Amino acid sequence: MTVQLAAFYAFALVTALAALAVISVRNPIHAVLCLVLTFFSTACLWLLLEAEFLAIALVLVYVGAVMVLFLFVVMMLDINIDPLREGFARYLPVGLAVALIMAAEMITLIGVRRFGQAIDSPDPAIAAGTSNLEWLGRELFGNHVLPFEVAAVVLTVAIIAAIVLTLRRRPGTKHQDPAAQVLVRKADRLRMVKMDPVTKERAP
Amino acid sequence: MISLGHYLALGALLFAISVAGIFINRKNVIVLLLCVELMLLAVNVNFVAFSRFLGDASGQVFVFFVLTVAAAETAIGLAILVVLFRNRGTINVDQIDSMKG
Repeated sequence: MTVQLAAFYAFALVTALAALAVISVRNPIHAVLCLVLTFFSTACLWLLLEAEFLAIALVLVYVGAVMVLFLFVVMMLDINIDPLREGFARYLPVGLAVALIMAAEMITLIGVRRFGQAIDSPDPAIAAGTSNLEWLGRELFGNHVLPFEVAAVVLTVAIIAAIVLTLRRRPGTKHQDPAAQVLVRKADRLRMVKMDPVTKERAP
Repeated sequence: MISLGHYLALGALLFAISVAGIFINRKNVIVLLLCVELMLLAVNVNFVAFSRFLGDASGQVFVFFVLTVAAAETAIGLAILVVLFRNRGTINVDQIDSMKG
């Protein structure tokens, strides 16, 4: 057993245990923190596969941004956990049965022979004389530049959708309406009055 | 040596765990969203393993796009969750039935 295989088993064990904790712990905040651990150990597994860029992106973008967003929302909502846990024991047998059958079927499909197919070819990026980042960047900005731009559009649509969904206009609050401010005309605010000059009478 | 089968088995295991999570946490929308994230992670493990095994960069590029779409999905899902909690005061799936015919 090589060092790499031992490291794989260690990281895979942590990943699987943390994933089990995600679906079984009582407190949603603990579930989110366990998911962070799952992502982190998966990033370690990707480092074993020499996918350095994606491993670091998973930690920085996913753990650093998406999971923190999850934590913010879970902490903002004042949730009563007990009613949400009602069906836990009732659905546990059927859930376990379905999951076990699915896992058994998929691992059977993967088959014993795949465990003989060692990943021992040299790293394709190193073999091409570049780094993983350059190898991936040439593919991304060369052959997949249109999907890259579509991904940017997807993110823009997502941010607009999230803002529009959570925007709330409460009646009674004082706020400025810039559109109305810009559209205002002189005639709306100013009234010209024609009148004769008036002299004030002096006191004797 | 680590083989392709090791990574595929881990991906299958993660996927099965998240399916079980969807079954046993049917009332909690937050854990349902977490399980969907876990499923996408299982798929990404397979993509990265095949990309390394076949020496093809397209697999890792696809993982990049899956991460993008998953981030967008999380943002919109959490926005819906916040609006739901604001309007109904609960996130229990059983009580979200106002559109039932």
